[in-house]
Amino acid sequence: MSDTIAASTGDTTQPPAGNERRISGVSIRLEGVTKRYSGQGKPAVDAVDLDIPAGQMVMFVGPSGCGKTTLLKMLNRLVEPTSGKIFLGDEDVTGQDPDQLRRRIGYVIQAGGLFPHMTVATNIGLVPGMLKWDKQRISDRVDELLELVGLDPEVYRDRYPRELSGGQQQRVGVARALAADPPVLLMDEPFGAVDPITRQRLQDELIRIQEELGKTIVFVTHDFDEAVKLGDRIVVFDVGARVVQYDTPEAILADPAEEYVADFVGAGATLKQLTLTRVSDVELIHPQVTRAGADAAEVVRQATAAGEKYVVVTDRRGRPISWPSVAELSRVATVPDTVDEKLPVVGLRSTLNDALDTMLAASQGGVVVTGRGGVAGVMVVETVMAAIQRTREEVQG
Amino acid sequence: MWDYLVDRRGLIAFQAFQHVSLVVQCVLLATVIAIGLAVLAYRSAKVTGLANGVSAVGLTIPSFALLGILLAPFGFGITPAVIAVTFYATLPILRNAVVGLAGVDRSLVESARGIGMSRLATLRRVELPLAWPVILAGIRVSTQMVMGIAAIAAYVLGPGLGSFIFSGLSRLGGANALNATLVGTIAIVLLALVLDLVLVLVGRLTTSRGIRV
Repeated sequence: MSDTIAASTGDTTQPPAGNERRISGVSIRLEGVTKRYSGQGKPAVDAVDLDIPAGQMVMFVGPSGCGKTTLLKMLNRLVEPTSGKIFLGDEDVTGQDPDQLRRRIGYVIQAGGLFPHMTVATNIGLVPGMLKWDKQRISDRVDELLELVGLDPEVYRDRYPRELSGGQQQRVGVARALAADPPVLLMDEPFGAVDPITRQRLQDELIRIQEELGKTIVFVTHDFDEAVKLGDRIVVFDVGARVVQYDTPEAILADPAEEYVADFVGAGATLKQLTLTRVSDVELIHPQVTRAGADAAEVVRQATAAGEKYVVVTDRRGRPISWPSVAELSRVATVPDTVDEKLPVVGLRSTLNDALDTMLAASQGGVVVTGRGGVAGVMVVETVMAAIQRTREEVQG
Repeated sequence: MWDYLVDRRGLIAFQAFQHVSLVVQCVLLATVIAIGLAVLAYRSAKVTGLANGVSAVGLTIPSFALLGILLAPFGFGITPAVIAVTFYATLPILRNAVVGLAGVDRSLVESARGIGMSRLATLRRVELPLAWPVILAGIRVSTQMVMGIAAIAAYVLGPGLGSFIFSGLSRLGGANALNATLVGTIAIVLLALVLDLVLVLVGRLTTSRGIRV
């Protein structure tokens, strides 16, 4: 953990325990924030009042042109408010020097907004550089952040953005925004330009990072599923950035404030409950797990004794690599270390929706679930079906 | 021809050096002027149009005529030569610099501002490096073009290989007249090729690997 994070929480050794989350963010308060462009009758953002609690991920959703992005950009003053006040914590930042302010607020845009002529390390080190950190500290911080977003520093530090995939660029974009450990992170449709599977992974990563860091995150999206999955709270906007509803995803799905929200949430709201249920909320089955290179006969014997048909194979670091059947294993002497590229894997914090998607993409009837200590179990498609059935019954009855 | 070269190798080398020196210094000066003007111009569509118009029209002014006009206020010598060469060198660079700066992805500029870079830092660290390959292409065009224009500057007694060409042409039919003209012309062509190679090398060294094509 970085010394800056530790300093801001006053806690250096203890990992976040139980429900007590580590919070390094500050609250954001908007008072009558308005943006009026000259030559336009109606203001783009009309007197918005909003309280965003510290350490929460708040999603801005609404149709395009509703002013949600304009509102976001007023938080770091890329757009100057015409009137109104913005507070970070108890500090009124409305009159502050915008450049200084922005160095304290992480900013992530679509595709990461990485500078193509700078290496990954240079990109990430930009803000610490502007804050006059010394070179060694910046380079340590870059490596730490690359680890945090799941990229090996040795491999990626000196690459250029064009040598990365879209998902990797987005990870570096998040790392850059977190570089100087800002209390607030603004994300403007960051995952809009990547394919669905990559987007799902990035969302899972963001949830994990947020659990670790507890920033205050404001996240603009037009994808309501994304909002439900990621958000602690969701703000639904209408034209002029009118706040139609501001509540938890559960509450918005269960009780849309207006016809407008119900329309926006969509007819599939029962199925949307799938994005509310996490893999960790349902029952997993626990098959035999073994390391590559183990004695196959022994593994087969144990699995048969337990009545299992499949065995999950992990690599040396405990990551699942394949999922052979007992019949396949009984034909070989040692458990093979071949990596099955199509092996369906989701994290414990993934939603049932993601898990189902992953299964369908891999044409499998189940999915391997990983947690902190490696393989957490396997979820089968019947579990998802049962969850759908349950929400249906709840809605009808 | 060979004898002519050997006899005058000192003078030829000196004038070649003078010629390249005039061109290189004027192109450097022109680059600074052009980038400065482009930075002022590129954010407004109107001024950009004006800059492009000026550089298109400017290039149609015959260099001989411009030198003649400059004679009145500045007399003979280096000053009118430098002014004329710099003027022509500025135009293609200005045009490319405006195009290059305007071509930088707006979302990257916003990203730079969004992480707290000042307006000036954004220009220096993001916009200019990204526009640099286009600007450098303009510098190459300029350099080739003013190698020829610098020869005409000999008309106002400026330095350089043009003096061989003009003295040759004025005594056509006389001894060594053809040799003088040929030496001046061929030397200019060769030097232009060398300078272009140097600029290609400069481009390799000054363009980030991340945006090199």
